[in-house]
Amino acid sequence: MAGIVSYGAYLPRLRLNRMAIYNNVGFLAPALMTAARGERTMCNWDEDAMTMAVAAGRDCLRGTDKSNLGGVYLASTSAPFADRSNAGVLATALNLDEEVSCADFSSTQKAGTSALVAALQAAQAGEGKNFLVAAADKRRTKSAWFHEMWFGDGAAALSVGPDNVIAELVGHHSVTYDFVDHYRGRDEKFDYNWEERWIRDEGYMKIYARSIGGLLEKTGTRIDEISKLCYPCFLGRAHGAVAKKLGASPEQVSSNMHEESGECGVAHPLILLVRELEQAKPGDKILVAGFGQGSDALLFQVTDKIKDLPSRMGVAGSLARRKEEHSYAKFLKWNELIETDMGIRAESPKQTALTALWRNRKLVLAFVGGKCTQCGTPQIPSERICVNPDCGAVDSQEDYEFADQPATILTYTGDMLAVSVDPPAIYGLVQFTKGGRMMVDFTDCSLADVEVGVPVAMQFRRKYYDQQRGFTGYFWKAAPELSTGPGE
Amino acid sequence: MADGIKDKVAILGMGCSRFGERWDMSAEDLMVEAYLECMEDAGVEKNAIEAAWLGSALAQVNVGLSALPLSMTLRLPNIPVTRVENFCATGTEAFRGACYAVASGAYDICLALGVEKLKDTGYGGLPEQGSNAGPNRFLLMPSITAPGSFAQLASAYRARHGINRDDLKEALAHVSAKSHKNGTLNPKAHLRKEISVEQIKAAPIVADPLGLYDCCGVSDGAACAIVTTPEIAREMGKKDLVSVKALQLALSNGYESSFNEWQGDHFVTTDKCSTRAYEEAGIENPREEISMMEVHDCFSITELVTMEDLHISPRGGAIKDVLDGFYNLDGEVPCQVDGGLKCFGHPIGASGLRMLYEMYLQLQGRADQRQLDNPRFGLTHNLGGFPFMNVCSIAIVGKHGE
Repeated sequence: MAGIVSYGAYLPRLRLNRMAIYNNVGFLAPALMTAARGERTMCNWDEDAMTMAVAAGRDCLRGTDKSNLGGVYLASTSAPFADRSNAGVLATALNLDEEVSCADFSSTQKAGTSALVAALQAAQAGEGKNFLVAAADKRRTKSAWFHEMWFGDGAAALSVGPDNVIAELVGHHSVTYDFVDHYRGRDEKFDYNWEERWIRDEGYMKIYARSIGGLLEKTGTRIDEISKLCYPCFLGRAHGAVAKKLGASPEQVSSNMHEESGECGVAHPLILLVRELEQAKPGDKILVAGFGQGSDALLFQVTDKIKDLPSRMGVAGSLARRKEEHSYAKFLKWNELIETDMGIRAESPKQTALTALWRNRKLVLAFVGGKCTQCGTPQIPSERICVNPDCGAVDSQEDYEFADQPATILTYTGDMLAVSVDPPAIYGLVQFTKGGRMMVDFTDCSLADVEVGVPVAMQFRRKYYDQQRGFTGYFWKAAPELSTGPGE
Repeated sequence: MADGIKDKVAILGMGCSRFGERWDMSAEDLMVEAYLECMEDAGVEKNAIEAAWLGSALAQVNVGLSALPLSMTLRLPNIPVTRVENFCATGTEAFRGACYAVASGAYDICLALGVEKLKDTGYGGLPEQGSNAGPNRFLLMPSITAPGSFAQLASAYRARHGINRDDLKEALAHVSAKSHKNGTLNPKAHLRKEISVEQIKAAPIVADPLGLYDCCGVSDGAACAIVTTPEIAREMGKKDLVSVKALQLALSNGYESSFNEWQGDHFVTTDKCSTRAYEEAGIENPREEISMMEVHDCFSITELVTMEDLHISPRGGAIKDVLDGFYNLDGEVPCQVDGGLKCFGHPIGASGLRMLYEMYLQLQGRADQRQLDNPRFGLTHNLGGFPFMNVCSIAIVGKHGE
C-alpha cells in the first residue's frame, strides 16, 4: 500500500512573543491575556505561503530523486494567486520535470489533509510515481483579537508514493459538513468568525469524533493502538477534550503547538504529522486529521525505512532556527495592518513583463543558471556566450542548479536609502564555492550577521509586490547561515 | 595604424553652470547658462558650430529622449545633433563624440553639452527606477541604490587588505574633508562648507559603512565645451591652447559580476582604461607626470579605490597617500581641485564636462583661488554603474605641444 516516502517542513525563523501583542492591544481586549503565552511563528516581510511551501518542498525532496515525481499538490488558503497555478509556481521553483501534474487545494482549513488523501490515492493508482503534497498558510488576521494570537505561519511537505515508504497508509476516512465556523468571502481580506463555544461543542467535539472514530472503526483499530493522534484545534481545552472523548490518554495526543508556533492553517495537521514522524519508531501508528467543513482522518504505520531517511530540517530544525521578535509594530507593518508613509521613492513602477518572466522562469523561480560544456564554468544568469574570458564558447551552457550550492559573501552593504520595510536593505555579491556568483538580496539576518566570507544558503523569497496589479514577484536571496541554524 | 587622439583636438571654449539645487531653473535654463559662458569663451558665432552632442543620463526625470532638447533650447540651425547616454560617463561621451568628429576631419567646430536636472523628483538621491530599469534587471537585481552599490567596495577592500573598519572610515573621512575644503574655494560648487573629519565620521549612515558626508551631492547643472583643431584655434588667435591627450573608455563584460576571479575590491575597468589612456597620452609614470585630477568621487570609497586603479597610488597604498595629504590641494597630485562630485555636485550628464572645465581653467591659469602651480597634464575620470558592472571613462588634457 502507498504511504509517505519523505517529509519536510518550514517554519519562519521569527517568533513573535505573544506578550508583545498583548502589551500593545491588551487595552482593547483584556481577555487576550488568556492566550498570551509562548510565541507564534511570524513570516519575515519577504515570506508568504508560497515561499514557505517552496522551503518545505525543498526540505522534503532533500536527498531524493526529483525525477520520479508525477504530481505536485499545493494546499493553502493564503496562496498569492487566485488565478495562476500556485502549485505550478511551486513545481517550477523546485525545478521539477515539466511532465508533471499540478493542482491547488484551497477554500477550507482541511485542504492540507484533503490534498494528502488525493495524493495517496493518485500514488496508489499511478505508475510507480511519487506525489508531492505541500501545505502552507500565512493567515491574515485583524489586529487585537484572539486569532492573531492563535495563528502562526508555517508549511509542511510530504512526498507520497507506492514504494520505499517510511509510513504506510493504513486507511483514511473523510466526512463533509457545511459547518461554517468562519468564512472569508471572495476578495475579502479577513475571516469572519462565529462564537468559539459553538465551534468547540458542535464543531471540534462532534466532527473529529466522526472522522477519527470512523477511521478507527473502518480499519479495525483500537484507540489504544494509536501511538500519536495529531489534529489541529486552537482552543486549548477543546484540544484535550476531543482526545478524551475518543478515549485517548493525554500522552497519545500530539501538542497543538500553541506555545511554539500557533496554528499554521492548512499546513498545521501536516506539521504535526511531520513532527511525530521525526520522533517515530518502526511500528508506530500515527493518526492525523484536518478540520474544516468536515474532516479528513488518515492512519499511518511507520516502517523500518524511516531509519534510512537522510536528516533534514523538518519541524525540529525549524523550531531550533529561531529569532525572537518583540516588535508588534513590525508584525502590523509586514501584514499591512497599518498604513505608513514609505516616501515617494517607494512609488517606482513595478510592472512584471510576463514575457520576460516566461523566458527567465527557470532562473527566476528555480535559480537555475548554466555550466559551460566547453570550460566547465558555472555561471548565473546563463547567457549565450560563456563568461569565462579564456573561453567565450557560444551556446555551450547546460542547466545548472544553484539553489543548493554552498556560497559565501564576497561583498555586502546595509543600505538605508533603498526602500525597505526592514531597513537597512542588506545585499551583496555571493560567491558559489564551486563557481558562479551573483548580486543578491540577503534575508533573515541583521547587518551584524554579515561579513565577507560568511557562508550563506539560498532561499526562495518575495522580491516585490506590485500593489497596482496584485502581482507578487519572487526571486532567490542569500540567508547567512547563523549559529542558530539547523545542525548547530 | 591608428595613433590615438593626442593633440588632434583643442578646446576652444568651455562653460559650466553653477551646480546645486537650482529650484528656479529648468534643465533647459541650465543648458543656456553653460552654453552662453562657453560661447563667450570660445569667441565663435552660433553658425560656426557644425555638429553637437548632448549628454543626459536619466531621461525620464530630465530632458527626455532624443537630442531635440539641445537643438530646441539653443535654437541650433538644423545641424546634426546626437544624444548620448552611458551612465556617469555621459558627459565625457558627449565630449568624446565632438572630439572624434573634429579629429576625423568631418567638421571643424563641434559642441558638447551635458546636463542633468535631478531635483525634480521630490526626494533625495538618484531616482529609483523599478521596472523602468528593464524587465530582466527588475526580475533579477536587488533594488540597489548608488551608495549601496559602491559601499560594497569597502567590505571587500577591508577583507583584501586586512584593514579594520575604523581605519578605513578614518581614511574615507579624510577623502571627503579634502574635497569639502576645496569646494569652499569654488563659487560654482553646490556645497561650499568645510566639514571636519570628526563630523564626517559621526554622520548618519546611508549605506554601511558610508555616512552622509561620504556621498556626493545630488545636483542640477550643465557644462559645455566647444572643440576644434589646434590649427584652427591658432588661426583664431587663441594662445595657451589646451589639447586632448587621451580619451578612453572601458566597459565591463560580466567578468566581475559572473566569473570567479574579481574580489570586489577595485575597478577592473579603471585599471585597464587608465593604462590605455597613459599610453595614448605618452605618459610613462603617472604618479610623477599627472599634475592634477578630477576623479569620480561619487562616494569616498570610490575615490580611494580609484587612486590605485589609476596607478597613482600603489595597490593597498591609497590610504597612506590620502592620510599623507598626497591628493590635497598642496599635495603632489591634487585631486578634486574644484570640490569634486562630492562638493561641486553631480548632475550626471554634466559631470564629465564639469571635470574637464576645471582642468581647462587650471591649464589656462584661470582657476583663481584654486590655481595650481604650472600644471601640465590633467586627468578626468568617470565611473558609471556599479563596481561589478560599469562604464569607465578617462580623459587627459594638457597644454598643447607639451
